[in-house]
Amino acid sequence: MSKVAEVLAANRAENKPSLIGYFPAGYPSLEQSLEACVAMCESGVDVLELGLPYSDPVMDGPVIQAATLESLEHGFKISQIFDLIRSIASRTDTPILVMSYYNPILQYGIERFATELKAAGATGLITPDLIPDEAGEWIAVSDELNLDRVFLATPSSSQERISKAAELSRGFIYAVSTMGITGERKELDSNARSVVSKIREAKQDISACVGIGISTSDQVLAVNAYADAAIVGSTFVKAYAEGGLDSLRATVSALAGN
Amino acid sequence: MKNSDSLKAQQGPYFGEYGGRFVPESLIAALDQLERVYFEAKSDPSFQNELANLHRDYTGRPSIITEVPKFAALAGNDIRVFLKREDLNHTGSHKINNVLGQALLAKRMGKTRIIAETGAGQHGVASATAAALFGLKCVVYMGEVDTKRQALNVARMRLLGAEVVAVTTGSRTLKDAINEALRDWVANVDTTHYLLGTVAGPHPFPLMVRDFHSVIGVEARAQMLERYGVLPDMVAACVGGGSNAMGIFHAFLDDPEVKLFGFEAAGEGIDTPRHAATLNRGRAGVLHGARSYMLQDEDGQTVDSHSISAGLDYPGVGPEHAWLKDIGRASYFGVTDDEAMQALSALSKTEGIIPAIETAHALAGVINTAKLLEPGANVLVNLSGRGDKDMQTVAKYFGFIGADE
Repeated sequence: MSKVAEVLAANRAENKPSLIGYFPAGYPSLEQSLEACVAMCESGVDVLELGLPYSDPVMDGPVIQAATLESLEHGFKISQIFDLIRSIASRTDTPILVMSYYNPILQYGIERFATELKAAGATGLITPDLIPDEAGEWIAVSDELNLDRVFLATPSSSQERISKAAELSRGFIYAVSTMGITGERKELDSNARSVVSKIREAKQDISACVGIGISTSDQVLAVNAYADAAIVGSTFVKAYAEGGLDSLRATVSALAGN
Repeated sequence: MKNSDSLKAQQGPYFGEYGGRFVPESLIAALDQLERVYFEAKSDPSFQNELANLHRDYTGRPSIITEVPKFAALAGNDIRVFLKREDLNHTGSHKINNVLGQALLAKRMGKTRIIAETGAGQHGVASATAAALFGLKCVVYMGEVDTKRQALNVARMRLLGAEVVAVTTGSRTLKDAINEALRDWVANVDTTHYLLGTVAGPHPFPLMVRDFHSVIGVEARAQMLERYGVLPDMVAACVGGGSNAMGIFHAFLDDPEVKLFGFEAAGEGIDTPRHAATLNRGRAGVLHGARSYMLQDEDGQTVDSHSISAGLDYPGVGPEHAWLKDIGRASYFGVTDDEAMQALSALSKTEGIIPAIETAHALAGVINTAKLLEPGANVLVNLSGRGDKDMQTVAKYFGFIGADE
């Protein structure tokens, strides 16, 4: 069983809410992103979602766009993510998933990237702009290496597409809460609940985790009432940008219910 | 000729190994709907009639062909040059062909709002025009850099009732305007149609935009046969995203004796870092929803392009062009900023026709490549747009007005 799936299942068995936290690699520098990621794990995220910066992040709102652009401007290179993963993994047991747009991985070489990713200790990939229909090579490589493979299900997806994404996902499936890009929302779309029930209808034994727009502990709890975890990104990046490690720790703790 | 042998018969989603749909899942339902509605419309005579009538009564189609012998003399080798005058279309460029088609589709889908990206502003102006005509709400995303170099077109779009959003992310040019338009679309897909302006993006855009522009080549091919009794030996067009080039190339794809030459922006030189020659200097990758050639670094990060022409200043290119290049059916060459500006001046002075800076790349390309043709060859150039919008850049380049203006 995937380590990510194990952690989520264990929390669920104990009736504990789960929190998946995003942070971009290399933001604002490699060293600082290492400390930020470790701080997030220590403060209560159950799974770390490490973002690989990309020049054209069409699923991301202004907070994550600005952070990933800064990382690239400071010279972040794909090859650095593997050492970063190793360093984080040497200081925490929290499972690490990488979130990446498709082109950087395609250029690095899908098999080469996946092999190094596994060797570094990450559990797999979330691919926001790679739909199952186009993911043949990644599906084959991740099967061979037994890596987590997180596809997205959205409020506009047909039941047929959600079933396919659920069938092909491993670790969990990402339920997009609302039609839009990453960033805080005052109110969470009720669509999230319906996406999760469509996932459940398709497949029982896969965790469904809800992301996009989640920024408060109330929202984290509300989502955990019907899903397997809440995924939070922009709020953590913003906390770090505004108040450094202390603010990041405090925000993660608050959202993790610690 | 069997359908499978016909280069013209390609319907996507792939052109060879290029094309596809590399977009967030949130957009798939909208792309599926668009594909379905488009294929219905394509085989619906009432839709085709409505579009043809609009082109006759509003766009001003068919556009004429003009022979330009004094310009041809500059190219040498006794070639004859014929211009397909898309510059005479309403709104001043070929862009209106696609915009009217997609605006009709937006209405058919019950969408009340259109969004568009624009570089030079030609597609934005055409979109704002269609929105005014059909009573649709219109938001145009334009890189901040481009809003400055194409200020006149910003004013035109606002006059037409569109909202123009200056995009301040990334390189602040066309590529970033597309990113912003995609983000808007992800959030507003229920009410909004993304009126993409070139033959790039996820399926069905490359195919659909090509089809809407294919009228250019269909008309020009018939006009050449009717007026001169021959097909052209070479067809030339500038290539940014590649819409005007696909529009004129498509009708000739199955005429192997007709050479197809595309001219990309080589900016300050194809061997400098400052160019937009995607097919000559890029390599295969995924950008803006499709696999195609693109300008990128070794990590797959998109590299900023450069061209004096905002409409060609784009680090990607449509997937069908990538395929035509790989199979050798079309050839693509770079043209520098300076060569394009000299050609713009030359056509203006010799023939009294002021082309857009984008279009001037095709004209310079004809001068550069005339020697590759048989003496006396007939060359058909897509004169994709007129240069009125470029007067600020032109005046500055040639020192027609004070440097401080």
